[in-house]
Amino acid sequence: MAFYRAHILVDTGTPAVLKGAMGMKSALVDEIKKRGLDKEIKVVETGDLGLHGVGLALIVYPEGVIYANITAQDVPEIVEEHLLKGRQVKRLVYTGPSSAVVDGAAKPRSREMRVILEHIGVIDPTSIDEYIAHGGYEAIAKALTQMTPEDVVAEVKASQLKGRGGAGFPTGLKWEFTAKADGENKAVVCNADEGEPGNFKDRLIMEGDPHQIIEGMIIAGYAVGAHEGYIYIRGEYHQSVSHTEKAIADAREAGLLGKDILGSGFDFDITIFKGAGAYICGEETALLESLEGRRGESRMKPPFPPTSGLMAAPTVINNVETLASVPRIIDRGADWYAGIGTEKSKGTKIFSPCGDVLYPGVYEVPFGVTLRDIIYNMAGGIKGGKRFKACLMGGPSGVLVGEDALDRRLCAEDLAPGAGALIVLDEDKCIVDLMQNCAEFFHHESCGQCVPCREGTKRILEVLNWWTTGAGSEDDLRLLEALGETMSLTSKCGLGQFAAVAFKSSLPLFRDEYLAHVKDKVCPAGVCAMDKVLEEVK
Amino acid sequence: MAINLTINGQAVAAEAGDTILTAARRAGVYIPTLCYHSDLMPDGVCRVCSVEVKGQRTLCAACCYPVAEGMEVLTHSPRVRESRRMIVELMLANHPQECLTCSRNSKCELQALAREFGIQEVHFKGERKMADVDTSSLSVFRNPEKCILCNRCVRTCEDIQSVAALHASKRGWDTTIVPGMGDELASVVCVNCGQCINRCPTGALTANDPSSKVWDAIHDSTKHVVVQTAPAVRAAIGEEFGMPAGSRVTGKMVTALKMMGFDRVMDTDFTADLTIMEEGSELIQRVTEGGVLPQLTSCSPGWIKFIEYYYPELLPHLSTCKSPQQMFGALAKTYYAEKTGIDPKDIISVSIMPCTAKKFECDRPEMTDSGYKDVDYVLTTREAAQMMREAGIDLPNLPESEYDDPLGMSTGAAVIFGNTGGVMEAALRTAYAIITGTELDNVNIEAVRGMEGVREATVMVGELPVKAAVAHGLANARQVLEGIKNGRFKDYHFIEIMCCPGGCIGGGGQPQPTSEEIRKARIKAIYDEDEAMTLRKSHTNPAVQKLYEEFLGKPLSHKSHELLHTDYTPRDRKTVKAVKVKVES
Repeated sequence: MAFYRAHILVDTGTPAVLKGAMGMKSALVDEIKKRGLDKEIKVVETGDLGLHGVGLALIVYPEGVIYANITAQDVPEIVEEHLLKGRQVKRLVYTGPSSAVVDGAAKPRSREMRVILEHIGVIDPTSIDEYIAHGGYEAIAKALTQMTPEDVVAEVKASQLKGRGGAGFPTGLKWEFTAKADGENKAVVCNADEGEPGNFKDRLIMEGDPHQIIEGMIIAGYAVGAHEGYIYIRGEYHQSVSHTEKAIADAREAGLLGKDILGSGFDFDITIFKGAGAYICGEETALLESLEGRRGESRMKPPFPPTSGLMAAPTVINNVETLASVPRIIDRGADWYAGIGTEKSKGTKIFSPCGDVLYPGVYEVPFGVTLRDIIYNMAGGIKGGKRFKACLMGGPSGVLVGEDALDRRLCAEDLAPGAGALIVLDEDKCIVDLMQNCAEFFHHESCGQCVPCREGTKRILEVLNWWTTGAGSEDDLRLLEALGETMSLTSKCGLGQFAAVAFKSSLPLFRDEYLAHVKDKVCPAGVCAMDKVLEEVK
Repeated sequence: MAINLTINGQAVAAEAGDTILTAARRAGVYIPTLCYHSDLMPDGVCRVCSVEVKGQRTLCAACCYPVAEGMEVLTHSPRVRESRRMIVELMLANHPQECLTCSRNSKCELQALAREFGIQEVHFKGERKMADVDTSSLSVFRNPEKCILCNRCVRTCEDIQSVAALHASKRGWDTTIVPGMGDELASVVCVNCGQCINRCPTGALTANDPSSKVWDAIHDSTKHVVVQTAPAVRAAIGEEFGMPAGSRVTGKMVTALKMMGFDRVMDTDFTADLTIMEEGSELIQRVTEGGVLPQLTSCSPGWIKFIEYYYPELLPHLSTCKSPQQMFGALAKTYYAEKTGIDPKDIISVSIMPCTAKKFECDRPEMTDSGYKDVDYVLTTREAAQMMREAGIDLPNLPESEYDDPLGMSTGAAVIFGNTGGVMEAALRTAYAIITGTELDNVNIEAVRGMEGVREATVMVGELPVKAAVAHGLANARQVLEGIKNGRFKDYHFIEIMCCPGGCIGGGGQPQPTSEEIRKARIKAIYDEDEAMTLRKSHTNPAVQKLYEEFLGKPLSHKSHELLHTDYTPRDRKTVKAVKVKVES
């Protein structure tokens, strides 16, 4: 293994690639070579560093200095000044928060606690050696050699880990159901179809530290008696796919996947499946349909996947973050994990505040921190010093909360965080306009099989289109309220059940704003073009 | 072990595997449904059957939610009623408001729900989805605007018929049920069986209705209009006039057709008897002369198209006999024309069939052996009943009449063509006589009767053990054909296949709705009709004997081959329209 005096981690996450990260990286490699430094300094492509709104970024180790807003033109200066002369390029140094643990200027914020994100931005995600060097795959060794499958299930149950995809079902219980279910060809499926707008935490994990997902899946497979694993990755997540593919290949080569893992006699392998862009396929049974090659539509429940899942075999489906939590639980013990968080929500949760915050990004915290902690202490507060108006908890399928929720704790017993997105709105934003946006999303993403969701999302969008253009009536307000209730009660799956939740929760909070649109034909925030009444509405 | 639950406070004992709906129905508790159909696996998409289950966050779809011990169900709580109304209102908001002129008016399940829930206003005033009507098929017309996406047609075509001509396309609001990749129905693999129509709750799927042309012919004094009625029609058409399923109305139907103005009312049963003579002789010939066995029946045109598409390599197994409808057509414009001295060009030949595939069959280019189109128009049972209503005919209260000669006389063996196992039984009755030279004492051959999808029996015909099988519904037919390919049916002699569940009595042209109970009632009517006949074996039909004496000579004669037999067309599933290669069968 070669030794380098410095490592440069270039953020080549999907947003960065779209901004031209690959060109900047090759400029950097060329420059280093030109200066004859290529034996001393190694350039590593890493996943999303959780830095958003700061252009292209890289980290220089061992100092841990983050440079942001870089262009290819800045590269010679960084190489000349920092790498040759040891002087930081002050004008490019980033001092905001980051998910990357570094010892330099960007420090983790108060109350941040990195368990899953521990090695993101630290290790080369495409190197299994670096993962192993940081304690990776020790949990597998422990589980396969020192624990029975029942022990593993018991440990996960004792950790009180709950699903991180939004619904929060106890993971240990899910594993136990699957382990005890009769059936051949059990499967472990990792739901990496992160589609809820505002969420980008799973992508960060897959791009920055994919091996922990693989390790979590192997442990799950061992616990429930499954030998096949599938990772259903959102199709647009190109680097998640490439990093995870590399990780699987390396793990296979290292004997950590395949037959007789670590001589334990346990066989397990993983296949990657790329989604084709349908939000509905993040719903676990629709995901299974899609995996089986059919139209992405949710199934009737019961039976639930632990009884009848992939090809009708008992199946564990867990979110990326859930599976990534598992190796640490096995490694450090359920007691350690259950010691973090609150009474009903154990462990850490990754949040992705975005919208009108100063530092959108990905932050891992123990359950129980307040909404204010994340928005103001970590994400830097509201952009431009403006006032906080509302936050959409978890994404468009979550509830909308107002200012009075800022000091509520993020956990099951107080304010349920959903999948982790926190879409923050400042005082200039219009709630009706936001709801129109959400309505458009659900109308576009409804699979169309059940009546309340297919027809309901259409009618909600129509009415919101009217309201935001100066049409519609107060009767529509009452009608939508009743429609939202029916959709929640009768839709076949979560998509329709939650499609009107944000709207319903926004009504009591911002009724005046709705009435201003509906009765007075005025948008108080000045966002909606109230004079653009659609022709057909007139 | 019984599962105890309460429904609306009433204790109900259910069985393991029951859904809330099945348990409720057994206990006599009504829950409304729409996408549910007793012939199909539940899909749970319309949500009309939503009920409240104590402890559940949401309402549960009764059609697919399994019962559990101690469950407390409310079927008509305020929340449930409000939700159901809202769901139906949502459907109505996207549905053409033209009930009065819809062919399903007063027989539409959506309309019935709107009435049941007391919906008097549709509160949603937005867009309604527009779509073109697809009238490409000779049998099935599609009006996607009236489609409520219940998936019944999709499930029918896929699960019962294993054809899968229809599926959902696009997503969300844009979802439409389409043939193939959005093609018109005539451009995809469809066997024209019309089972989708039978299960459609609205007017989205209807049959290609030629009744106005038939009226024109009847009222054209230069035309001589003859009509034939298929065996299954007499056991079902009464339902169109409010009579219970299984009402036998043969004589009343004949009266009605005469009142409508048909010049001759004759019977497909006559040619069913003739089919037995030809097909039975063909079977004996194949057995004795070493022909291709097992021989497969050929009277169900949906089935014929199915084998042409999916198993063209097995076409040599198919009997070369035309269906009774087409034998009748060929004789009407030859034998009948000769006997009556009417110029065949002036004869219009109409058939009343339980079937929509017959509309396709009569249009096949080879069905012109009389020198004319052998059968001009095919009316379904439903369409014939509608014409009777238009003519002011009150079928249940009519006196009975006899069919007209010379193609009107039939035996019990012909009547049972109308249900699954009937052709087999009729053939065995006659084969016994031909092979052994003696008559069966008991003509009821119970071994081939029943409702199972595939039935197998060995019937002793004298010393000869005849191995027979019967299948109905094309998914079951597919099993049998796979069995022929893999050798499982190697030593079988004769296999009867009917396209539709229950045979022709469950055909795609029969009165709506359909269910196993209704089909069983119709089958009982058919067997009762058979029992009531004096003659119950095809070879004893004096009119058939006379036809051979006067016209055909003997079964499988040159003239028989010319008029009563046909060949088949392998079809390419990829290029439905283009490729048709005739091969020797």
